[in-house]
Amino acid sequence: MIVFALRRTLGFAATLLLAALAIFFLLDLLPGDPAQFILGISATPEKLAVLRTQLGLDAPAHERFVGWVWGMLQGDFGTSYTQQAPVAGLIWERLAVTLPLAGLAMILSVLVGLPLGIIAARWRGKGVDTSIMVLAQMGVAVPSFWFGMLLTLLFAVALRWLPPGGFTPWSENPLLALRGLVLPSIALALPQASILARVMRTALVDVRGQDFIRTARAKGLTMGEAIWRHGVRNALLPVLTILGLQLAILITGTIIVENVFYLPGLGRLIFTAIGERDLVLVRGATIILVLAVTATMLLTDIAYALVDPRLRERSPS
Amino acid sequence: MSLLEVRELSVRFGGSEAVSDLSFAVGRGERFGIVGESGSGKTLTALAITGLLPEGAEVFGSIALDGEPLPSDERQMARLRGKRIGLVFQEPMTALNPLVRIGEQIEEAISLNGGDEGPLDVSRLLQEVGLEPRHGRRYAHQLSGGQRQRVMIAMALAGQPDLLIADEPTSALDLVTQRKILDLIAEICARRGMTLLFISHDLKAIAALCTRVMVMQKGRLVELGPTERVFRAPEAEYTGKLVAASRFDIPDGARVPGPELLKVEGVSREFRQGGFLPWRGKPLRAVDEASFSIGTGECLALVGPSGCGKTTLAKIVVGLDTASSGGLQLEGTSYRGRDLPNALRRDVSLVFQDPFGSFNPRMTLGRSLMEPLRLASGLTIAERLERVRNAVRAVGLDTGMLERYPHEFSGGQRQRLAIARALVTRPKLLVLDEPVSALDVSVRGEVLALLARLRAEYGLTYLLISHDLDMVRAMADRVLVMEAGRIVEQGSPQELFAHPKHRMTRELVAARLPEIGASPAKI
Amino acid sequence: MRRVLAHPSLAIGLAATLLFAALGLLSLAWTPYPIEQIVIPRRFLGPSPEHWLGTDHLGRDMASLVMSGTLTSFVVAALAVAIGAGVGVPLGLAAAAWGGPVEWLVLRLSDFVFAFPAIVVAILITTLVGPGASNAVVAIGIFNIPVFARVARGGALSVATLDFVAAGRLAGLGNAAVAFQHLLPNIMSLLIVQGTIQLSLGILSEAGLSYVGLGTQPPDTSLGLMLRDAQSLFLLHPWLTLVPGLCIVLIVIALNIAGDGLRDAIDPRLRQSETNVTA
Repeated sequence: MIVFALRRTLGFAATLLLAALAIFFLLDLLPGDPAQFILGISATPEKLAVLRTQLGLDAPAHERFVGWVWGMLQGDFGTSYTQQAPVAGLIWERLAVTLPLAGLAMILSVLVGLPLGIIAARWRGKGVDTSIMVLAQMGVAVPSFWFGMLLTLLFAVALRWLPPGGFTPWSENPLLALRGLVLPSIALALPQASILARVMRTALVDVRGQDFIRTARAKGLTMGEAIWRHGVRNALLPVLTILGLQLAILITGTIIVENVFYLPGLGRLIFTAIGERDLVLVRGATIILVLAVTATMLLTDIAYALVDPRLRERSPS
Repeated sequence: MSLLEVRELSVRFGGSEAVSDLSFAVGRGERFGIVGESGSGKTLTALAITGLLPEGAEVFGSIALDGEPLPSDERQMARLRGKRIGLVFQEPMTALNPLVRIGEQIEEAISLNGGDEGPLDVSRLLQEVGLEPRHGRRYAHQLSGGQRQRVMIAMALAGQPDLLIADEPTSALDLVTQRKILDLIAEICARRGMTLLFISHDLKAIAALCTRVMVMQKGRLVELGPTERVFRAPEAEYTGKLVAASRFDIPDGARVPGPELLKVEGVSREFRQGGFLPWRGKPLRAVDEASFSIGTGECLALVGPSGCGKTTLAKIVVGLDTASSGGLQLEGTSYRGRDLPNALRRDVSLVFQDPFGSFNPRMTLGRSLMEPLRLASGLTIAERLERVRNAVRAVGLDTGMLERYPHEFSGGQRQRLAIARALVTRPKLLVLDEPVSALDVSVRGEVLALLARLRAEYGLTYLLISHDLDMVRAMADRVLVMEAGRIVEQGSPQELFAHPKHRMTRELVAARLPEIGASPAKI
Repeated sequence: MRRVLAHPSLAIGLAATLLFAALGLLSLAWTPYPIEQIVIPRRFLGPSPEHWLGTDHLGRDMASLVMSGTLTSFVVAALAVAIGAGVGVPLGLAAAAWGGPVEWLVLRLSDFVFAFPAIVVAILITTLVGPGASNAVVAIGIFNIPVFARVARGGALSVATLDFVAAGRLAGLGNAAVAFQHLLPNIMSLLIVQGTIQLSLGILSEAGLSYVGLGTQPPDTSLGLMLRDAQSLFLLHPWLTLVPGLCIVLIVIALNIAGDGLRDAIDPRLRQSETNVTA
């Protein structure tokens, strides 16, 4: 198990390093002279020189790359040119919105999706099953940001229960902050819950036909008992894989949904940075997104191996 | 009174009837066998008795255990099943929960049906089926097929049942393990005075184990009677056919092989275990310094338990795999496996074990059969077609089949077609990898007769890979015994099986089930 | 054709998809009004006989915009599928046919690409070259590559163990010939089903990217861009949001139903794998 976790972690580190290399290549080498790129053609030579020194462009590329990675390991993501502030601090501030939002959406989708999937599988072919599956079919097709707009129209405009957008910082009033995240997290959770319900149902239906369920019934269990004792755990394996993927999707999905609700999250920071050609900020923000996605995959792999003894011995490929 | 009484049992799926109007009774303490080929309804009969039929099945007729009809309530039926009927299934690979330790799974069976007759615990059950307590701490994937089947038996015994139903418990196991499991079942039934309902396609296993037998075909009862009588003097024509197919005629006199065709010299094959990391385990030696030669026209058999390396060796011979060390010579040309030159490839062919996987489902049979002719350069299209037609005729099939797709054919027909494909390049050496073990018993005889006829007609050389010693004795001129990658003994089949010297050979010979019946039946 | 009709969900899904695709294609030749026609006095109109779906904040005809936007969405998603399948399928097949280091490399490569969700790629490209529909195509296409590579490899591996592949090798076929003659034909159904799924995910992704300004740009239009235009006004004029949004939902549902039906029609065994998740 430890060997497995170590190997996965090594792979994770390798992926991250490669990703950093790719991002560095795109944002630092491809534009030619990043300082010229940031300031545009009309920039004066003096300004360019100042920015070049500020960005450390005098050093050769490989030194800049090593410096960047080394800095990140110590928590230094460079300094934003447009905001004149450390990138790490800027991103950290925004993550205080983005991460809770993704987490909340995840919890919601699990709490809604899994039980619905279990109910649908339990009453397979009945009306409940059909209705849940029709809802899920629709839920999968709804873009979460559009669903966010609909929610705003209903709860903020028509019913006036919740604010249509904006965010109160956690430090000011945690309860109000949470209130601001309710609608966005529901919007994000809908498609994910629909997918989870479908996966859970399929997995449970598949497990019914497994030989070991027949063995359990031969021992003297009813179908229901056999599924409960032996089926659910096996059915959770595919669900776990999907959960990992979903968390990764949610993290990137928040970037889009933040826009609907005018939330000061990572997304808004990135879009401003793109508009102002702040390469340092974009570089830091994208590597953080890649880190979040890769780390989620790593955790999923490890969780999977904890449940499935077969994986602990061989590497899954 | 009978322990189990089945009356007018029918099982239907939608419109089709899988079991029709079946009646039989099994007495207490009796060992009762059901024999039949795939699709005979024997497994469905067992599932109907235990109330485990798949959803969508309709059951008619009555089943009584100890004079009591089976309860219709699901929970009562489940408890009855656990308490009074033990079940062992065919697939030891998938029949155990992969995520739960073996011990816990047995423990569950015990606690569900806690016997009142003395203490019963996991380690005692494990011991009874020939396993050690440490096996209880393992997961299913850490056990061999035979060990898993022992675990299944242990779980079946947990409820101290009156009736043990074993559905093809050994057909996924190799010969040696099969014999051990059969002996274990016999021994446990005798010791516990348990009634056995044994289901198999293997007449020899039934004959060795059961006192009475029921023969089924296409869901119907064909014949029922004492095993000894049914197999010695079958009344039904179908039974006679099955009996004949399970027996092999021993050819008279050994043939004298011609000049050396293939020479294998010190061939080894190692497999690296796990990734690129240098410190990971020692490489696995699947074949270890194997040396032998085959003369033209000879039939050489390679026997051994599963995992002994015989298939890997065959793959190297035909050029599908490469030896890690050592070398081979075909007609004087050296090669090491995959580097077998195309000019020589047409002289070697392989007939696969599984007739269902051996043809591309998206190609017509004509195209599939034409494929090996790539190797015979210089043939016109007309000549190629003629070759394919001749090969199809040689295996006794109609050339009209060439336009059709594989799924339209039965297993026996496909195996004939696979042999035809192996013949189109007019090879000298044919490697036969368990050529009949995936076929129904009644078809096996025909395919073996075909192979014998082709060998005589075309002067073919065979390298036969099998674990079926009776077939080997009927087919082969010479036998090599393999164990753990090494060739441990060789000789003529008569001599080898009469006086085995090496431990492995002795084990294999001891694992053979006795021949059935006394006088050979005529079809 | 009879097989299509035997599966009602496939027939319905396919018909609805084709209807939308046809509407989109029609926009190339004809729309009720020119989509660039800005008529400020006629803006924010509700549905009427002249404007079936009303007009937007610039007085453009919504029906015309939806037709044209549907085409963009389809084209972006289809090109992304073409990129994904065109690169991913050969990679997956190569991994299965060659094995060893090739397979290892393909797997690591797909792990690596999985670390870059479409939006991250879109952010990087947009930073460099500015926004445009082609960014969305590339971003979604890159994400589709490992998806197709994995599906192709998985399917091909299960085919590769079958004896007819060994028979092909015995007949002297090399890895490439084995991959194209024996493996590819037998995983086509898997790939078609995956293609439908990625098409529907592509339409969703295009909408998302265009909505945040990383995709299609004016004067072109797409369903996602229409939602972006409506963003600042949707509290006052919900209609502008409802029309393109519902359009997306209907197209995606149609594609998903067609995909599910296709899966059942081609191979009932595929029902086991729930593949509609790699968004």
